[in-house]
Amino acid sequence: MNYRTVLTICPYCGCGCGMYLPVLDGCLGRPIPDKTHPLSQGRLCIKGWSAHEHVASKDRLTKPLVKTQGEFKEVGWDAALDLVAARLLKIREQHGPDSLAFLCSAKCTNEENFLLQKFARAVIGTNNVDHCARL
Amino acid sequence: MNTPEVEIRERVRQLLDDDRLPGVLGLRAEHGHVGPHVFNSADDLTALVLEPRYGMALVCQAILDGSPKGRLGVVARGCDERALIEMAKLGQVDLARLVLIGLACSEQQARECMCTRPYPRRIDVGEKVAGVAPGDDARVQQLLAQDVQARLAFWQSEFNRCIKCYGCRNVCPVCICDACVLEEMCWVERGKIPPELPFHLIRAYHIADKCILCGACESACPVDIPLTTLYALSQARLKELFDYEPGLDVTQKSPLTTTLEETPLHEL
Ligand code: SF4
Ligand code: SF4
Repeated sequence: MNYRTVLTICPYCGCGCGMYLPVLDGCLGRPIPDKTHPLSQGRLCIKGWSAHEHVASKDRLTKPLVKTQGEFKEVGWDAALDLVAARLLKIREQHGPDSLAFLCSAKCTNEENFLLQKFARAVIGTNNVDHCARL
Repeated sequence: MNTPEVEIRERVRQLLDDDRLPGVLGLRAEHGHVGPHVFNSADDLTALVLEPRYGMALVCQAILDGSPKGRLGVVARGCDERALIEMAKLGQVDLARLVLIGLACSEQQARECMCTRPYPRRIDVGEKVAGVAPGDDARVQQLLAQDVQARLAFWQSEFNRCIKCYGCRNVCPVCICDACVLEEMCWVERGKIPPELPFHLIRAYHIADKCILCGACESACPVDIPLTTLYALSQARLKELFDYEPGLDVTQKSPLTTTLEETPLHEL
């Protein structure tokens, strides 16, 4: 038996509530709210309480899927990224950069969100950047 | 005299070194935070602390469930032991696999939790102090002095703050069902906040004969709903009507499951 509790921050929003993730023999369990976290003081909202659920969910996508002729097919990361890059370039060429929009996420790090807006503005050339927390 | 913390560390060391237990569950301070941790080696015990109080029973259950055999030590306060006893009655934990280090709470701690029994059955560390007498709570007395309408209005205004985080259910050691009715559309409308009154009443009567008043629900509630005040009132009724208290003895059955056996409905 190997039981560990890993101190971490809820990945869902900018509040940053504290939680311990229990791991028993490699399996993730329901978060334990961190009572010593100065902000959340042992409380979580429903998102924090369910933060572990997707990890082992059988519905979770672990490989890129590309839809061809109405059906999803598994492809490698390189093929998926090449396809996305080619399509983005084509759309920009045909309809201009403001025909594209980029959606960031509270579930990403600051750095990842920074990169996405940088990509939108500096590479693609649009200010159409939004965030899931505004939905 | 040694502090309770030092005494607990020594007990844990004995269980690990002398009794060869593979692990003892307690609280560890690390990176300026404190959370549950299984100590496997006596070398780590300087990090063992006793505050803040986390409920240990659900953690014990998760560990025992995940490892089909073997024993586990646990630093257990009165409420942890009562939670474990109640869980054992419900077939959730095997008490024979647990070795409890009984820790009695101080008078101040008992007051903070409004705890009626701030000690486990066997005390290894700490001194037994009297609990807070049931009802010796300004909030309870103030409530009981009002009429039913005023009390209902009070609870409704409290429950109106609920953000339906399910924290009260998640931390409760005796809220044990895998399929929870609070997740069923027919009882609790999805996407509606605050939930209707039944959300709280369903939970209250599901734990009515099991609640050991550990206070975990209230301390997990992000909007400070005084949940244990409600549950303490219903526990007081259980005591008054049936002279029964949950969490004291694993062989005692809840009167809600035996009353009809003893006195069939038509005779009541
Ligand atoms: S006090 Fe709350 S968490 Fe503890 S047993 Fe009662 S209902 Fe469950
Ligand atoms: S912990 Fe409080 S806010 Fe969360 S569901 Fe329970 S009563 Fe509602």
